[in-house]
Amino acid sequence: MQKLTHLQESPSQTAGPYVHIGCVPNFAGITGVYPHDLGATMLRDGVKGERITVTGTVFDGTGTPLKDAMVEVWQADASGLYPGNDPRGAADPNFTGWGRAAGDGATGVWSLETIKPGAVPFPDGRMMAPHISFWIVARGINTGLQTRMYFEDDPLNKDDPWLTRIEHQNRVPTLIATQAKPSTYQFDIHLQGPAETIFFDV
Amino acid sequence: MTNGPLFHRKRDRHPKALTPDYKTSVVRSPQRALLSMNTTLSEETGPVFGHDILGPLDNDLIQNFAQPGEMAIGQRIIVHGRVLDENGRGVPGALLEFWQANAGGRYRHAKEGYIAALDPNFGGCGRTITGENGGYSMRTIKPGAYPWPNGVNDWRPAHIHFSVFGPSFGQRLITQMYFEGDPMIPLCPIVRTITDPDAVAQLIAPLDMNNTVPMDARAYKFDIVLRGRRSTLFENRMEGN
Repeated sequence: MQKLTHLQESPSQTAGPYVHIGCVPNFAGITGVYPHDLGATMLRDGVKGERITVTGTVFDGTGTPLKDAMVEVWQADASGLYPGNDPRGAADPNFTGWGRAAGDGATGVWSLETIKPGAVPFPDGRMMAPHISFWIVARGINTGLQTRMYFEDDPLNKDDPWLTRIEHQNRVPTLIATQAKPSTYQFDIHLQGPAETIFFDV
Repeated sequence: MTNGPLFHRKRDRHPKALTPDYKTSVVRSPQRALLSMNTTLSEETGPVFGHDILGPLDNDLIQNFAQPGEMAIGQRIIVHGRVLDENGRGVPGALLEFWQANAGGRYRHAKEGYIAALDPNFGGCGRTITGENGGYSMRTIKPGAYPWPNGVNDWRPAHIHFSVFGPSFGQRLITQMYFEGDPMIPLCPIVRTITDPDAVAQLIAPLDMNNTVPMDARAYKFDIVLRGRRSTLFENRMEGN
């Protein structure tokens, strides 16, 4: 029999408490090495779409905010195209689609300035409601956690092919950001407990 | 890069979320099962990092924080290797970010409490982008082992943290590189979150005398593998792959 020659993905290890040194050194006070931290700015003047702030806190199982977490986000532009390498075509040149934010060292609150994404097709052609993909790392998290944020009151949510696949519909609200004030969406992430966020193996 | 869905993560090679001997994981581990999904455009696409973001010293931790004419203290090493996917293809354009303690085992961080001295010429961060065949290299000093508050006498083996960003957001990975022959590796509760010995071995970089620069720096080779992508067989292409 021939051998399958696939390699195996390198195993994950925790980002640890000092992830900031490597990923957001200016935030960590290590200045003069890079001009700015990657992912701190997602948009430039002229970006198309509704400008929004997405903010939140990552909580542990005791309800304590994580003060050493880092979140990364990835999303489509206002017309539903991904910047970078979307096979369907070029996205808004004034939008990077990718952001990275560290929780505040005292409060744990993180925040990103972005735009509301457009809808993106599911592999079968149905449209997915506007959403932002999240990846969360911190000390004590052995493998980065993947989840998604959807938008409160978006009419596409009810038919979204991803949300409607979830068996426990009573957990879907853990994926829905609430509009705390105009143009500001609150998305808290709970690692454990009754409000544990749905995390995906995707 | 082929244009299909990402291979599923082999979760038995990765650490479990709940690993009580690494105490912080106890309240930070999801307790419900991860919900399995197939990838969509949202996971298969990703940002592109151009080589133009890099400064000339970004991959040289010996120099990139040092005062002019100064260098970081420690054993000079080169770490090099390739970023591959599970199909064995080199991954060009991958962003690698590194961070580590100094030669004495001390991090430059507000929350660091170890008594070892800071090195005024060592910041501890670096980055690079892989070339056409997925290759990369960086220069640094070998980090020291250090104690950490977990058990009363737990020490981390010498290690370099790697953040790896391939072409897909769903391939996102953070891991750590260890050094061949370090007796601290099997003692470490964080290493031991990985239960498959073959997977642990994948994180241990061998000494590479062939690439050692005589009278300058020893070399260690560290390859990193990211999730592969399925060929779009019978999905939307009839010829070749």
